[in-house]
Amino acid sequence: MIIAKRLLLGIVTMFMVSVLIFCAVNLLPGDFAQAILGQGATPEAVEAIRKDLGLDKPFIQRYLGWFVNAIQGDFGTSFAQANFSSYGGSTATENFGSVAHQLAPRFKNTIFLASVTAAVAVPISLFIGVLAALYRNSIFDRVANISTLSSISSPEFFLAYILILVLAVLNPILPSLSNIYDGMEFGERLQKTMLPALTLTLVVAAHMMRMTRAAIINLLASPFIEMARLKGLSPFRVILFHAFPNALAPIINVVALNLAFLITGVVVVEVVFVYPGIGQLFVDSVKIRDIPVVQACCLVFAAAYILLNLTADIMAIISNPRLRHPK
Amino acid sequence: MAFTTIMMIWLAGAVGLTLAAKALAPKAPTVEMQEWLRDVGYVAFFGYIFMITIVLLSVDYYLGYWFAEDMPAWLQAISFFGPQKLPFYGWLINGIIMFGIAGWIFRVVGRTVGTEWSKKMFRQMPVTASFGILIIILYAIMSIFADFIAPYGQADVFDKINLLPGGDPALGGDPAHLLGTDQIGRDLLSRLIYGGQNTVGIAFATTCLAFFIGTSLGFLAATLGGWFDQLLSRIVDMLMAIPQLIFALLLMTIATAWAGSERSLLTIYMVVIIAVLDSTRVFRLSRAVGMNIVVMDFFEAAKLRGENLAYLIFKEILPNAYAPLLAEFGLRFCFVFLTIASLSFLGVGIQPPLADWGTMVKDLSQFINFAAFSPLTAALPLLAAGAIALLTVAVNFVVDWMLHRSSGLKE
Repeated sequence: MIIAKRLLLGIVTMFMVSVLIFCAVNLLPGDFAQAILGQGATPEAVEAIRKDLGLDKPFIQRYLGWFVNAIQGDFGTSFAQANFSSYGGSTATENFGSVAHQLAPRFKNTIFLASVTAAVAVPISLFIGVLAALYRNSIFDRVANISTLSSISSPEFFLAYILILVLAVLNPILPSLSNIYDGMEFGERLQKTMLPALTLTLVVAAHMMRMTRAAIINLLASPFIEMARLKGLSPFRVILFHAFPNALAPIINVVALNLAFLITGVVVVEVVFVYPGIGQLFVDSVKIRDIPVVQACCLVFAAAYILLNLTADIMAIISNPRLRHPK
Repeated sequence: MAFTTIMMIWLAGAVGLTLAAKALAPKAPTVEMQEWLRDVGYVAFFGYIFMITIVLLSVDYYLGYWFAEDMPAWLQAISFFGPQKLPFYGWLINGIIMFGIAGWIFRVVGRTVGTEWSKKMFRQMPVTASFGILIIILYAIMSIFADFIAPYGQADVFDKINLLPGGDPALGGDPAHLLGTDQIGRDLLSRLIYGGQNTVGIAFATTCLAFFIGTSLGFLAATLGGWFDQLLSRIVDMLMAIPQLIFALLLMTIATAWAGSERSLLTIYMVVIIAVLDSTRVFRLSRAVGMNIVVMDFFEAAKLRGENLAYLIFKEILPNAYAPLLAEFGLRFCFVFLTIASLSFLGVGIQPPLADWGTMVKDLSQFINFAAFSPLTAALPLLAAGAIALLTVAVNFVVDWMLHRSSGLKE
């Protein structure tokens, strides 16, 4: 019941966010049609394009049209592509200029980058986080604390350039440019993705480690752990059978929340390594003001963000009976 | 294979040390030592061995930097890495040692000089926090007096372009431009210093604006409650559902269109956009803090006395919300600072001719490929990026300490 409520809230949020993005884009001065035509805008041509894009219709109708299409995976036509293909008089294929066509392969790449990052970051940070919690206030905990704090506070591009310097320029182990393309072998692809993934790992793992440490410390202070200890169980058994099952819920929560953190990091890191993902497409489109692409990327990022936060919440609800049956 | 062998040796060492510790435990002189030796586990010893190995290897590598030219024979015999040509690691360690000593000295000075209150504060402070305060003071001085410290103006163009850093004419430098010049002949040292002024100043102004918006609305929502609170909270929920950098980029696109050819307007738009986006977090916190205060008896009493809204907010809520808000100010500043730096790095933030660190990193980034030939040149982009990192690390250290102190987390 409460999960259904949370899901509904997620859908409502998504809807509101799409309204917000659409409104924001409509704050733009001037007209899409003029933006496409630039200098050579004659009134007739502007009128034709306005009709073509449906810009002559009222606001609400345009929004609904855009939203319905977006749900079906059609994000409209990219301005940059439209210049060349549909309005330049050339006979390019119908699909060429569509935003979805641009987005799909890059989306796959970004997901690949995120999965590699998660595969590296999650085990490492959980391991270090649990160790730091077990040996808290020891010298190991202090070193871990200082280094994660420094890693969190550094901008992503700083970590990225340090890694490039150490792993690509001074010791050429990994390539500093991630020019991956379709049909690449998995091993090579992995190697080229490694450096951006490592950069993101540094950012995300630090967050994750700190949150894991806090969660475990919280847990170790609870009475049932003390009871288990007082019964004379071995520390190993206390951790594995008493602490771990209860720690699972907060840890899943931590992982989901941090994958949401990843989204912001992806943009900068993809630009540094020229990784052909959504983040790079987004920044490029922002620079040339390709509004449909910006809109679509924004929507994709927001959807991923909302989805991950939703997952974190639902996991927390499922794993915690007190949340499942509120008073 | 080598990796497995090393791991096995470590493991064996850890097990051996643990067994030895257990055997030696009854003979230890004090009770504490006996207990420690009895209870210490394999994992701890494994960690100790690991850490000692790392420390020894890094000391070895650091000595390689120190004796890069003429390493004594006995050192060469025991050294694992040998002499090092590249100075990056040495610079890093030098920096850490220097900053550590500076923070420590600063703490000693703070403990002996000043009022009773400040002395007490410095006595309770860890070295990281005093280091953080020192760095913040240095940055503040550098930003405020940039006009006097910088050798040239930030937009001054010289006819010598692409001078190498170091100031040695034989290596393509110029003593007048210590860090060299960029591709259109602007002095990089001056731009680094002015970049601090612009980036830090704009981030500070943005954070202040965000706090002004966030706290006033948050406290109002807490005091008034009802539909006002509901409306604001839902709007904030919606704004927070989009990742901040993404939303900022979207709005910056629109701002660029609005600004048109007037690039200087763009910086003002950016300040407003980031302040509004960031005020949502401040709103959440100040509303939560305010909610806790509003239910207190003294607040109820003030309300029954018939005090007006301004009195309630400024005299009743604000003094009691100081500590969490101050810590939040530090965190928000870091976040805003990083967002602005990232936006500039992506090319949509602070606009030229204003110098700023994010843009500098981007413009100088390709020099990193020259690391093997000219380490100083390769260090330029890292210098600008490191300047950003250093300030946020410093602020975070101070905030960490403040949170630790105010929450009474002693564990």
